[in-house]
Amino acid sequence: MKFRTFAAFVGPSVFMMLLFIAAPLISVFIQSFQVTQPILEQVEVETCTPGFLTQTCTTEIKTVPVLDDNGKTITETRWVGLQSYKNVLQMDKFWAAVGNGSWNDIMQIDFWKALRFTLSFTLLTLPLVIGVGLAIALAVNNATRAIRGPIIFISLLPFIITPVIGSLSIYWLFVGDGILTAMMERWSGQNISMFAQAWTIELLMYFYRVWHVAPFAFVIFYAGLQTVNMDTLESAVIDGASRWERLRHVIVPHLMPLIVFIALIHLMDCYRVFEEIVGFRSQAHVISLQWLTYDFMTPDDAGNRAISRASASAMLTMIGIVFLLILPLRRTWRDHKGSAH
Amino acid sequence: MFLKRIALAGAVSLMGSAAFAACSYENEVPIKSLSAGFEAWKAVTDAMAECGNFQAELDQEFRTKQPAAFEANPSLYQIGGVSNGTITPLLNAGTIRPLDDLVEKYGQNLSPNQLIRINGEIMAVAMMVNTQHLMYRSDILADLGIATPTTWDEVYAAADKIKAAGVVDYPLGATMKSGWNLAQEFVNMYPGHGGQFFNDDNTTAVNSDAGLAALATMKKALEYTDPEVLVSDSTYVQQQFQQGKIAMANLWASRAGAMNDEAESQVVGKVAMSAAPKATADGAPATTLWWDGIVIAKNISDEEADAAFRLAMEGLDTEMVSGANDAAIWLVSGYQPTDIAKGAIETATANPAPPAYPSTTQMGLLHTALGNELPAFLTGERDAAATLVAIEEAYTTSAKEAGVLK
Repeated sequence: MKFRTFAAFVGPSVFMMLLFIAAPLISVFIQSFQVTQPILEQVEVETCTPGFLTQTCTTEIKTVPVLDDNGKTITETRWVGLQSYKNVLQMDKFWAAVGNGSWNDIMQIDFWKALRFTLSFTLLTLPLVIGVGLAIALAVNNATRAIRGPIIFISLLPFIITPVIGSLSIYWLFVGDGILTAMMERWSGQNISMFAQAWTIELLMYFYRVWHVAPFAFVIFYAGLQTVNMDTLESAVIDGASRWERLRHVIVPHLMPLIVFIALIHLMDCYRVFEEIVGFRSQAHVISLQWLTYDFMTPDDAGNRAISRASASAMLTMIGIVFLLILPLRRTWRDHKGSAH
Repeated sequence: MFLKRIALAGAVSLMGSAAFAACSYENEVPIKSLSAGFEAWKAVTDAMAECGNFQAELDQEFRTKQPAAFEANPSLYQIGGVSNGTITPLLNAGTIRPLDDLVEKYGQNLSPNQLIRINGEIMAVAMMVNTQHLMYRSDILADLGIATPTTWDEVYAAADKIKAAGVVDYPLGATMKSGWNLAQEFVNMYPGHGGQFFNDDNTTAVNSDAGLAALATMKKALEYTDPEVLVSDSTYVQQQFQQGKIAMANLWASRAGAMNDEAESQVVGKVAMSAAPKATADGAPATTLWWDGIVIAKNISDEEADAAFRLAMEGLDTEMVSGANDAAIWLVSGYQPTDIAKGAIETATANPAPPAYPSTTQMGLLHTALGNELPAFLTGERDAAATLVAIEEAYTTSAKEAGVLK
C-alpha cells in the first residue's frame, strides 16, 4: 500500500485517539502532580436565616475565595510532586498497620480497602465468566438446530441490559423485603438482610457480574466452536476419547487464543468495577478503586472537588490494569511471534 | 448520589407550558430554572409555568450542576432553586446577583423573614423551611401508653417497648445511607451534644467528648433499625413509614405530606409530628434548620433578571400556597399550618433553638469526610475514638488540598 493511502486510512483514527485518549491521559497525568487552589481570604459575614416567624442573623468569620475584576475566582496552581499519590495511598498508615500485623487496620484505609475488593472481584469472576461462557456455548452448540436461535437470543439478554439498570434491578429484587429476599425468607424461615453485611453484598456483586458478562464470553466461544477442526474431533472419537477428553485436548486448545482475548477484556473491564457499587449502594461495606476516583471528583455542597487526588487515583487504577494485563499480553505476544516464524 | 441521578433522570421534567391559566400577566422573555425535584418545587414551578415561556428542570442532583451552569456566560438558567447548604458555592463564585432593587419593584408580598441577607444585601428569597424532626405512629404510641418522646433517651426507651410489643418490623427508621445522609445525622446530633465543628484556625474540633457522645447516641439506634439501615435514604424511610414497617423516625419535614397521601400510604392520619428529639435534656433539638428558596443568576441581562424575578414572585404567591398547602412548611403569606407542620414549628421555635446548617467551604469538606468515615464505626469495624481520629485526618487532608488549611 502506498504510504499516502495508508496515512489517509489511518490518519483520522490516529487523530481521534490522540484527541480523546492521549490528550486526556496526559492532562490527568499532569494534574496528579499539581494542586489548584483558590486564593482564600477571611472575611466577616453577616448571614440571616429565616426561622418560622423571625430571622436569626449571625456574624461570623468565613473563609471565602477572592474574585478578580471579572468576577472569576482567582486560583493558583502549584506543583506538589507525589503529595496527591501519598494522600491516596496513605503509605505511612499502611506500613503502621502492616507493622501491627492487623488486616483490619489495613482495610480501614480507603485505597487498600478498594484495592482488596477490586482485585478479588476481578480475579474471582474471571474463571467463572470463562467457565459459564464456555458451558453455554457448548450447550448451544449441541442443541437441536431448531431451538438454537431462541436459546442464543435468551442467553444474550443479560449482556444487552445497561449495567447500571441491571445492578439496580438486582438491588431492588433483594433489598428490604424485595421479592427474592421474601422468597428466601419463606424457604429458610429466617429474617434475611442481603445488604446488611459485606459478604452477602459481595456475593450478589459476583453473581451479577458473571450473569452480565458470561453472554459475551458465550458469543465469542460459540463463534470459535464453529471453526473446530472436524477431522481432529472425529479421529479423537475413533481413538476412543471421551467427551471430557475431547474437550480437554481438542476444543480448549483450539479456543485458547479466544480465552486469552476474553481474559484480557474481562480484566480491563472488571478492574474498573463501578456500577455495582452505586447500584447496590454498598459504599458502607464495599468500595472499588473506580468508585474512589468518582468520590474524589464529586463536588460537595460547598462545591469542593478533590481533583488532584482523583487524578492520582485514576493514574493508579491505570497502573493496576497494566500490571494485570502483563501476563495475558505476554502470552499473546509470544503466540504472535511464534506464528510469524 | 449517582443512583439518585439515574432514578431521577426520568423526573427531570421539562415543562414548557402554553397554558396561561391563572397568571396575572403574560411572560414574554424565555426563562429557565434549575432546582431540586421535591413536591414543593413542583408546586412552585407549575405556578410559574402558568405565565408561559418558562422551562423548569427539577433534578435532585441540581447541586452538582448548578455551580458550573451559573458560571457560564450567559448563565444556562436564570432562576436557581437553592437551600442554605447549596447557596455557598454560588455565593463564593459570585454567580448570583443582589436582589434589593428587584424586591423593591416586585416583592410587595414578601415578608421580611423571607429575605436572605448576606452582608446586608438580599441574595436569595426563601420560600420554605425544612428540618429533620420526630415523626411517629400516634396510634402505636397511644396503644402502648408511651408519651411523645422529647429526648433521644426517651426515643430509645419507647423503641424498646415497641420492639417488645412486636407491632412493627422495626421500631425506628433512620436516614443513615452512607455518604451525605449519614453525615447529616452526625451534623444533627453533634451540636445537640454541645459540640463545635471547627476551631478558629479552620481545623476541625469533632474529635471531642461531644463527638464521642454523638457517636454513642447514633450507634444505639442500630439496635432498633432495619439491619440494612446503611442503604436507607429519606425516600426509603418515607416508604417504610407508608408501608407500616416502622413506628418512629427523625425525618425531613418535607416528607410529612407523603404520610397522608392516600395513593401511597397505608397509615393515613396515623403519623404525627413533634419537635426533633434533644440529645441532652436541657439542650436544643438535635437537628439543623434549612431553608429553600430562589436566586437569580448574575451572568444574564438586566431585562432577563427582571422578568425572571417577576416570574418567581408569581410562583411564590398566595395562590400557589393555597393549592399546595401541605407540600412544605411555607414562608409565603397565605400558608395555613396544619397538623403535619406541628413538629417543624415546634422544632424551629424551641428554646434553645437548633442551629441553621452551618454551610461553609470547610463544612462541605467535613461533611464528605464524615460520610466516608462514619460507616466503619456503625458496621463495628472501628471504635468511636479511632473513627473521630480518622474523620479529623480525612478532613485535614482534603482541607489542605482545597487550600483551607496551610
